[in-house]
Amino acid sequence: MSEGETLSVIVEREMPFPPDRVWRALTQPHLIEEWLMKNDFVPVEGHRFTLRAEPQPNWTGVIDCEVVTVEPNKVLSYKWGALGVDSVVTLTLTPTPAGTHLRVEHAGFRPDRPQNYQGARYGWRKFLASLEQVLARTD
Amino acid sequence: MPTSQDMLFRTLADPTRRAIFERLCREGEKTVGALTARAGVSQPAVSKHLGVLKEAGLVRDRHEGRQTHYSAQLGALAPLIDWTSQMTSFWQNRFDQLEDLLKRMDQ
Repeated sequence: MSEGETLSVIVEREMPFPPDRVWRALTQPHLIEEWLMKNDFVPVEGHRFTLRAEPQPNWTGVIDCEVVTVEPNKVLSYKWGALGVDSVVTLTLTPTPAGTHLRVEHAGFRPDRPQNYQGARYGWRKFLASLEQVLARTD
Repeated sequence: MPTSQDMLFRTLADPTRRAIFERLCREGEKTVGALTARAGVSQPAVSKHLGVLKEAGLVRDRHEGRQTHYSAQLGALAPLIDWTSQMTSFWQNRFDQLEDLLKRMDQ
């Protein structure tokens, strides 16, 4: 995935538990509910499900999802549609001596067109970082 | 907030549009002609992109004689920066809960 095409958030953490245990927590509905949200998840590629958060004044709290990738104990990804923004969540598990390195990448969106403008040389992350600097200066 | 985030996402998802906006951020106010000179796309295409950016509040136009000058409105980006910080803290928080759950789970 090219950095220039996607705006994404990445959070990584070492968990002191083996990958198969982490995988169960990521894929069994009653366990998913305990750490993420109420859901009707099934670990089958193409399966559509919803995640349900507490409704808010301007939001029903429903996230429409679709399973994209299921590689047991390794990779789980699903589409995540909320508030009109389609994004993709990818959870990657890597075994380590102490347990499992868990990484989530939440990609805000992926434009469907190729880069066709010479000026588009900043990736999203750099772009936002440089804008934050600009914003800090203009305060 | 959700509505403005949504609009910013759609507006800046297009790499050409994002590049035009980046240039205005880095180099300051420009005319359509100056933006087209290095764009690799036609002037009408650049004008159309500027129209979409303006609608999203990301650029402002200023008329001077027959020329229109465009400048970036950086304040309009705040919801986008908010999205990344909101989602980062969301996932950090969920990972805390996941770790708690893993401790409680059966082998």
